Amino acid sequence: MEAEPGTDESIRCAFQSHIDSLNNAPEWWKAFKRDAFESYLKAPVPQKSDENWRFANRKGLDLSHCDFNSDPNDLDTQSLIDKSRLTTSQSGAFAFADNQTILSESASAALLEKGVIWCTLSEAIMNHEDLLKDYFMKQAVDLGSKKYADLHSAFVANGVLLYVPKGVEVDAPFYAYNWAVSKEASVFPHTLVIAEEHSRVHLVETHLSSSDQPSLSCGVTHLFAGVGANVDYTLIQGYNEETLGFQINSNIAGKDSQVDMNSVVLGCKRYRAETHGQIKGPGAHIDMRSLALTDAGQEIDQRTLQTHSAPHATSNILFKNALKEQSKTIFSGLIKVDESAQQTDAYQTNRNLLLDSNAEANSLPGLEIEANDVKCSHGATTSEIQDDEIFYMRARGIPKDAAQELIVYGFFEEILGRIEDESLANYSRKLIQAKFRGESV
Amino acid sequence: MSASLEIKNLNVSIGDKRIIKDSSLTVPKGEVHAIMGPNGTGKSTLAKALAGHPDYEVTSGDALIDGESILELEVDERSRNGLFLAFQYPMEIPGVSIANFIRAAKNARLPDGEELNAPAFYKELYEKMDMLKIDRKFTSRSVNEGFSGGEKKRCEILQMAMLDPNYAILDETDSGLDIDALKVVSDGVNALRGPGLGALVITHYQRLLEYIVPDRVHVMYDGRIVKSGEKELALELESKGYDWIKEIAGNAA
Repeated sequence: MEAEPGTDESIRCAFQSHIDSLNNAPEWWKAFKRDAFESYLKAPVPQKSDENWRFANRKGLDLSHCDFNSDPNDLDTQSLIDKSRLTTSQSGAFAFADNQTILSESASAALLEKGVIWCTLSEAIMNHEDLLKDYFMKQAVDLGSKKYADLHSAFVANGVLLYVPKGVEVDAPFYAYNWAVSKEASVFPHTLVIAEEHSRVHLVETHLSSSDQPSLSCGVTHLFAGVGANVDYTLIQGYNEETLGFQINSNIAGKDSQVDMNSVVLGCKRYRAETHGQIKGPGAHIDMRSLALTDAGQEIDQRTLQTHSAPHATSNILFKNALKEQSKTIFSGLIKVDESAQQTDAYQTNRNLLLDSNAEANSLPGLEIEANDVKCSHGATTSEIQDDEIFYMRARGIPKDAAQELIVYGFFEEILGRIEDESLANYSRKLIQAKFRGESV
Repeated sequence: MSASLEIKNLNVSIGDKRIIKDSSLTVPKGEVHAIMGPNGTGKSTLAKALAGHPDYEVTSGDALIDGESILELEVDERSRNGLFLAFQYPMEIPGVSIANFIRAAKNARLPDGEELNAPAFYKELYEKMDMLKIDRKFTSRSVNEGFSGGEKKRCEILQMAMLDPNYAILDETDSGLDIDALKVVSDGVNALRGPGLGALVITHYQRLLEYIVPDRVHVMYDGRIVKSGEKELALELESKGYDWIKEIAGNAA
């Protein structure tokens, strides 16, 4: 183990006070957390030899300075609530500031009557134990961050549960806003979506900072799409660039279901995101798209896995990164096709656009195929903006910086155009533009 | 100084290779001039050098707009000063719609902090698209991506119409066009003709000049303007062929 002396002791104390603060919570929940915490302590920090951490700078992973029990006292709740309104049309919303609920907008009476559950995790612990016991943190963490998933389980205090019963179709998206507020705050965003047979639902999750203070975010999102269900999910990660972020996503697609995932990744000094698309039933389809814009000092490390355990299914990955200044991205993707998953179509594409000679884009595509009748491919390209493209745009009077900016927006449009909620797509465009110009939104 | 696009004893090199040799010509505002000449003779080099392409080095001579040298200006400054180049091979810009592209070019012409009036912009855009017989659905398509040759050239003329330059250089605008597309593009250029525009039309074929009738014709050979004359020169060139020009060039040298 490489943990710094003293680190374990301080985090033990932090965990004990976390457990103590849960006095009303049921015993099974506390026991679950204690197990997770022990597992966290036992797990080694990522090792140099670990293939799942290849190219990653492991030095930035020190958590000793994090405050695991931050209690925001001078919280400007109203301004955060005002900022937690990205759309005028939503089915429900929660906003959390340093894990505390600051905004609750419940689902409509009509949806509740149909059996939709839209509640915070703290409510779910009290009222929906059965669902949590079946679905909460039940996915294996296969991409290297088991330790951080355990950290999440140990400290997670809030989040959202969205349950959509059989046949229920919900038009407007649900929103979960997660704010990191205090200095060295540790936030643990959690999102659990269970879409039953032939239901349809759309959820948006934002991860944002309200200040320039450093913080830790360690989030987990699990989406379960039942038979014929349709789940559309967008994650906007726009933390400040002092933040250390871990994000673990699992998209589980049942028979004939469809899961769409869009990620907009802009923030964090160091961000590690693991995304696992799991084809569990024949005819399922999973689309996972991501865009990232990096600038000086950032490292965005994304690992993906597409697992096909059933035949006649498709999955697509499209991850696009544009790198400014001295920044770094890692994309590592693996497609795994079981012997039984015949007639699989699985694709994986990673495109990197280097805007600076000091930028570094790493790409590790991979295939592991045991079935013999499949169509699988992966492609990775890294390129720079062509001089002739810039010349063409400048010949129209567009200054060089603005031309470069426009090319990058164009590069991202392939992802942004797939975000169904137009106000959210525009908000993402605004965030990208602000970051490109070094402005704040 | 009268309003004109003026090229004075211009010499242009790419690397060590001298392409444009001591060329001079003047296009007064309000006139359309044509440059004709065989392939590889330096016509496109002249166009790109005037637009300010960094690979083309002006070793001596001058290029002036309304009496002011433009050689020290950046590419985008030349454009904002009223010079337009319609490209022979327009670039594709994935993900950037035609509307947003032209808007960015128009915004670049506004003082800092000022933004284009969107409804007025779209009104103007649609009018000019109608004039050029461009389907309005085109506004949301990415610039030149997946366009046919004719669509690309029409898109160039649309940009020209929207940016309203004082001087325009049209580099082989007829290349790759069938006769219908050629007519549409020529109609567009003719519609923009007037006292406010000086144009230099570069072409290999006389065909284009049947549709865009020039005020003067210049013949280029081996980097030099070897003959200038009235529009009939184009016809003479067509009938006598470029060997005739070779002869003239030989005599001149």
